[in-house]
Amino acid sequence: MTNLMKSLLVGTALTAVTATTAMADGVELEVTHWWTSGGEAAAVSKFAEAWNATGNTWVDGAIAGSGGTARPIIISRILGGDPMAATQLNHGRQAQELIEAGLLLDLTDVAEAGGWTDIVNPSSLLDACTLDGKIFCVPINIHSAQWIWLSHDAYENAGLEVPSDWNEFVASAGDLEAAGTLPLAMGQQGWQQSIAFGAITLAVAGLDAWKGVNVDKNADVARGPEYTAAFEAVASARALASESAVQDWNLATNMVITGQAGAQIMGDWAQGEFAVAEQVEGEDYSCLPGLGLNAVLDTGGDAFYFPVNDDPEITATQKELAALLISPEAQVSFNLAKGSLPVRGDIDMSAANGCMQKGLEILASGGVLPSADISFSADTQTQIEDLMAQFWTSDMSAAEAQASYADLIENAD
Amino acid sequence: MTVTSDPPVQHAKRPSRLFKNLMAKLASIPMILTALVVFVGGTTWTVVYSFTGSRMLPKTNWVGFDQYERLWDSDRWIISIKNLGIYGSCSMILTLVIGFTLAACLDRKIRFESAFRTIFLYPFALSFVVTGLAWQWILNPDFGLQNVVRGWGWETFNFNPINDPDTVIFGLLIAGLWQGTGLIMCIMLAGLRGIDEDIWKAARVDGIGTVKTYVFVIIPMMRPVFVTSLVLIASGIIKLYDLVVAQTGGGPGLASEVPAKYVIEFMFRAQNLGQGFAASTMMLCSVVIILIPWAYLEFGGRKRA
Repeated sequence: MTNLMKSLLVGTALTAVTATTAMADGVELEVTHWWTSGGEAAAVSKFAEAWNATGNTWVDGAIAGSGGTARPIIISRILGGDPMAATQLNHGRQAQELIEAGLLLDLTDVAEAGGWTDIVNPSSLLDACTLDGKIFCVPINIHSAQWIWLSHDAYENAGLEVPSDWNEFVASAGDLEAAGTLPLAMGQQGWQQSIAFGAITLAVAGLDAWKGVNVDKNADVARGPEYTAAFEAVASARALASESAVQDWNLATNMVITGQAGAQIMGDWAQGEFAVAEQVEGEDYSCLPGLGLNAVLDTGGDAFYFPVNDDPEITATQKELAALLISPEAQVSFNLAKGSLPVRGDIDMSAANGCMQKGLEILASGGVLPSADISFSADTQTQIEDLMAQFWTSDMSAAEAQASYADLIENAD
Repeated sequence: MTVTSDPPVQHAKRPSRLFKNLMAKLASIPMILTALVVFVGGTTWTVVYSFTGSRMLPKTNWVGFDQYERLWDSDRWIISIKNLGIYGSCSMILTLVIGFTLAACLDRKIRFESAFRTIFLYPFALSFVVTGLAWQWILNPDFGLQNVVRGWGWETFNFNPINDPDTVIFGLLIAGLWQGTGLIMCIMLAGLRGIDEDIWKAARVDGIGTVKTYVFVIIPMMRPVFVTSLVLIASGIIKLYDLVVAQTGGGPGLASEVPAKYVIEFMFRAQNLGQGFAASTMMLCSVVIILIPWAYLEFGGRKRA
């Protein structure tokens, strides 16, 4: 698979190269990423346009499939001595070893020239790019996972008010079920179940307990009463989603769009699906950040890394591209197309829709948390996802799941 | 004098043995090198690094048996092993039984034999990814088999194996059998065609029934064919991966995870090479444990006989 993808990529790159050799002035940079859905591709083309306008050439190296498919390809290319000029990764722990091995370009001078420490909001995004005081990546956007999406159709059919927080949702679930609607749509994949778990714990266990586990990795907090309540809430959510037989997240979102299900817990990328279905926020669907209880969002997202290159001309151009990606114009056009939040607070995002505005407000008021990508290694995250996959699809008791979870946190890195 | 002059002649002949079939030996050098460097070398390297705490990049920070302890503590690994056991034993038995039965039916000199043979062999031409996707759709309750049968009027018909953790492995099994039995059938058919007509005539003269002839005469005669089939099926079982990825993605939950998927996911998605290496070493061990007694029986037994 990897080899096939590689040869496809090389093929794409070669075609692109032959197509653009006429433009002898600029430098060609191959950029790999996994933004391939409709809205995502549109967003990338904004970057490409901006970059081509500088006289250089953007050679698009999109890798189909999710980050899980694309990351191994990207990393093996960097390790194998065939680095691209720039690549998307989620900022945080994923690239740490590549940085330690000296395979990624130090962008500290670009960051100082651009005053990134002043403009990047929240500043934790830049911290996630920093290792030993040096900056190695450009944060591109912010995605948060703590959202619940509610279908107005489903609630109207059942003759109910649309809930305004998680507790009201749980209370209304019985009536929804009686009206023949599935209360909670849930794709049966570990990462989605893990997202739902994260959002529910944040809402139920509260901010302090959440931070104790996810930031300080304190296993005692994970064994504590706040987390017991959270695990019981997740167990009841599991009962609400027990009839949900879909696998992919967008199929679960589709159940909310068509009113087959009352709600879905999913990240802010779900609004792309609502937009494609031409639904209007507040009329056809509602979105509640932090499940309507704790209006805080985590700040995961994407960043660009620049693998080290021997050619000084390419290195200089890589730094040019880094500066361009974080420029106000590129940030606005990219994030409006993608539906994600920008990484700088000093730009005008008034064209954004209702859900994005809610997110921007939370960002401006500082209700931000580090994302799992930043606090846990990929290894620990995989283990948590596995546990959640098991918990959500079996009849494992809340206490048992909590004990396993606490063990994971104890050994987490 | 004549006695002493004889040995030098023999000596002169001996070195030529090394150069006997020189071209064949030269031609096999690349394969020997590949086997030594890629297979043996790669395997040794993997086993050695399974004792390290390597994450994204291989490092030599030795951790002893830590990776193995974690492996056998992990629910996911245990589930994977169990799934492989269920899938493996069912697949082994059913493929042999169905493959042989189909071959025996075709061997009864039926009409359109070649048409049937082609139909049965066709699924084998499809990759596991295509097979997995096709069966994911066929077994989907909303627009697959269940929906079709309900559309015919059997409203209570329920057939939804791949969304239930208890039955998902049988959903995989159906797809695996559909894909794999055709080849085994062809091998069996070739074996049946290799049986001398006179055996059948003799059986008929002795008044032995058809089924009895198959079970007590023909099958024992087809022993080499069965061994070939067994090796083919077993290797297919151990490397079971792409079918799972395409058909269920390991879900629901962890219910259809398999060891090969564990290896890949920990090496690349979890960026924990050490853990992936430990898992692949365990897979190697299980193959060796099955293979060595079998090889001993197969080859050691022949020498004694």
